[in-house]
Amino acid sequence: MLNTPIILQSSELFQTITHAKNVLGFTLLLDITAIDNLHKKRPASTRFELVYILRHAAFKETLLYKVSVADETLGVESISSLFGSAEWAEREVYDQYGIHFINHPMLKRVLNHMQFVGHPLRKDYTITKGQYCTSSQDLMDEMKPLLKHRNLDLNNDNLMVVNLGPSHPASHGTIRTLAALDGETIVAAAAEIGYLHRGFEKSCENHNYNQIIPYTDRLNYCSAIMNNIAFAKTVEEMMGITLPERGIYIRIIVAELSRVIDHLVCLAAGLLDMGGQTNYWYLYNPRDNAYDFLSKLTGARLTNSYMRIGGMAHDLYEGWEGDLRDVLTKIDFGITESLKMITHNRIFNDRLQNISPVSAKQAIDYGFTGPNLRASGVAYDLRFAKPYYGYETFDFDMVIGSVGDTYDRMMVRFDEMNESMKIIRQAMSRIPDGDINVNDRRITMPAKGCVYGGIEDMMNQFKLVIEGVHVPKGEHYGSFEAANGELGFYIVSDGSGTPYKVKVRPPSFYHMAAYPKIIENYQVADAILTLGSLNIIAGEMDR
Amino acid sequence: MDVSNTHLLDEAVVTTTIDAVINWGREASLWPFVFGTACCAIEFMSTAASRYDISRFGAEVLRFSPRHADLLVVAGTISYKQAPILKQIYDQMPEPKWVIAVGACASTGGFYDNYTTLQGIDEIVPVDVYVAGCPPRPEAIIDAILDIQRQLKREKSFEVRNTEFKGKLDDA
Ligand code: SF4
Repeated sequence: MLNTPIILQSSELFQTITHAKNVLGFTLLLDITAIDNLHKKRPASTRFELVYILRHAAFKETLLYKVSVADETLGVESISSLFGSAEWAEREVYDQYGIHFINHPMLKRVLNHMQFVGHPLRKDYTITKGQYCTSSQDLMDEMKPLLKHRNLDLNNDNLMVVNLGPSHPASHGTIRTLAALDGETIVAAAAEIGYLHRGFEKSCENHNYNQIIPYTDRLNYCSAIMNNIAFAKTVEEMMGITLPERGIYIRIIVAELSRVIDHLVCLAAGLLDMGGQTNYWYLYNPRDNAYDFLSKLTGARLTNSYMRIGGMAHDLYEGWEGDLRDVLTKIDFGITESLKMITHNRIFNDRLQNISPVSAKQAIDYGFTGPNLRASGVAYDLRFAKPYYGYETFDFDMVIGSVGDTYDRMMVRFDEMNESMKIIRQAMSRIPDGDINVNDRRITMPAKGCVYGGIEDMMNQFKLVIEGVHVPKGEHYGSFEAANGELGFYIVSDGSGTPYKVKVRPPSFYHMAAYPKIIENYQVADAILTLGSLNIIAGEMDR
Repeated sequence: MDVSNTHLLDEAVVTTTIDAVINWGREASLWPFVFGTACCAIEFMSTAASRYDISRFGAEVLRFSPRHADLLVVAGTISYKQAPILKQIYDQMPEPKWVIAVGACASTGGFYDNYTTLQGIDEIVPVDVYVAGCPPRPEAIIDAILDIQRQLKREKSFEVRNTEFKGKLDDA
């Protein structure tokens, strides 16, 4: 069933969403985005429309609202007073589309730099028009109100302001946090992102569906295949197709392996930040074994581009079971050895427990999903709430934490790896023979031999390469339980081989939005570990 | 090293040029600053980890302060927003310094030919070695380090490099 939006008037927007939250129980705001109708074949009533995506407290239902924006400079009422996650989401819409939000506390750019002129996701912005940036902003416009709110003064209270990042070994990529310190303690913080904004959404509007697969690889590059699957699955839902059994099993196996790899990298890096270098070797080295398996299977170590719309590039190779079993044994060993070193380790426990706890209510308000949300004790996992690919037939557990501190966030990941390996082992024993791709010439490429041998197959391949897979007109929000949380794609199709619009709902974006708030009152050294435990992946956050 | 033993004082004295001695030392003690921003940085992590182990080539002392480093490894996409920071870090590194552009993005912008991405870091800093790949395998990154080692052997050790370079962010 497709998730299509309910149309609202902009005057009733705030009330309806308040009602949806307080009465209907849609407490998790997943995403806000906009559509520019400028190039639509049939003219729409207004140029811009806003789309709000919400999820119910029981996590099964999604609700989409769509609002026409009569005048983008006047904009619509901000809902940031209702949802914490709305603050950055609305900033992004403002940045990319230039739509104003009334009563927003800090409406400024979030992804593009401050010297940027124009709004890149508007259809009349040329994709290649880059703009040089000569300096960074000082972020004091965000810091000053924060300090004022706390009755603090930079000079009188003897505070020091430091930048953590954007180029800092522990900032895991390109994240900048400005922190006001009282001694070692952070009293206020503001974060700046967008250093790895690579125009994913604009690129999608200029490529056909299968060409987008390599771009999705580079969203969360620690678990590239999962992004492939999430995207392909959404498009397949729009086309109303289901993969043959074997294809689904392969997807489950590689997805769960990617989840394990993602968690391994997160934990290895997190423990390294803490000085646990031995753990780094134990956790990182089996990951290289997993990469050996993946490169044998897909030809690439990191950015695999293994999936296609309607299936995948090719079947498993002969002898894969032995290789994979070997990888799992090595990962098992790495996890066991690492846990041996940390479980009763005083330093590990003292440095992580009760650091930056996030309560269940706060986590939902911030828009947390995935292991970070489960660490706060919320039993939400799409594989359980809305099972796809037959996850309900597998025997595995959901791992949840209790207080949502840095310790819980890390330990949830440790245990989730074991659960994922359970799934892989079951899938390996049950995987059937048969096709891996849907048997439809409008979607799947003919075999290479046939393309060289017959004119029909050659034409078929030509059309699929040049025009792409045609997706029926419409719009849909598809979601997937990725390693970091709910990875969603909101796709608008005009019936052609190229999407009219693609919006990613990246889990890391919302985790990062909460980060400056949750590190307050903790020390700088704690903040580094908290960042590691949230597993912010810049590629996915900044897109 | 270009060493000619003249046998004047048996084995006790070796005559050579100062360049050869200094470059011999530099060659096996490159201190990289890893400007890792994206996917390529993950492959750099693998390069540093035990399987590929860049310490075999004397380049394992990863410095996270540009003032301690002489090899800038740019691994990942550099956006226009990131560009001034890269430039600042390059400027903070003392001479002599070398730059490796790891991966398609750092070399040319890669397949991000769009409004966000700098179309190659050589628009703002001089580059000595480009590494192809998206991401390059760890072996390719090691090969680039070896390339730098071969290059620097032929250089004058007291000369400031790249004086004529003018990037887009340098003041006109
Ligand atoms: S070259 Fe490829 S792998 Fe490297 S940063 Fe760019 S997109 Fe990522």
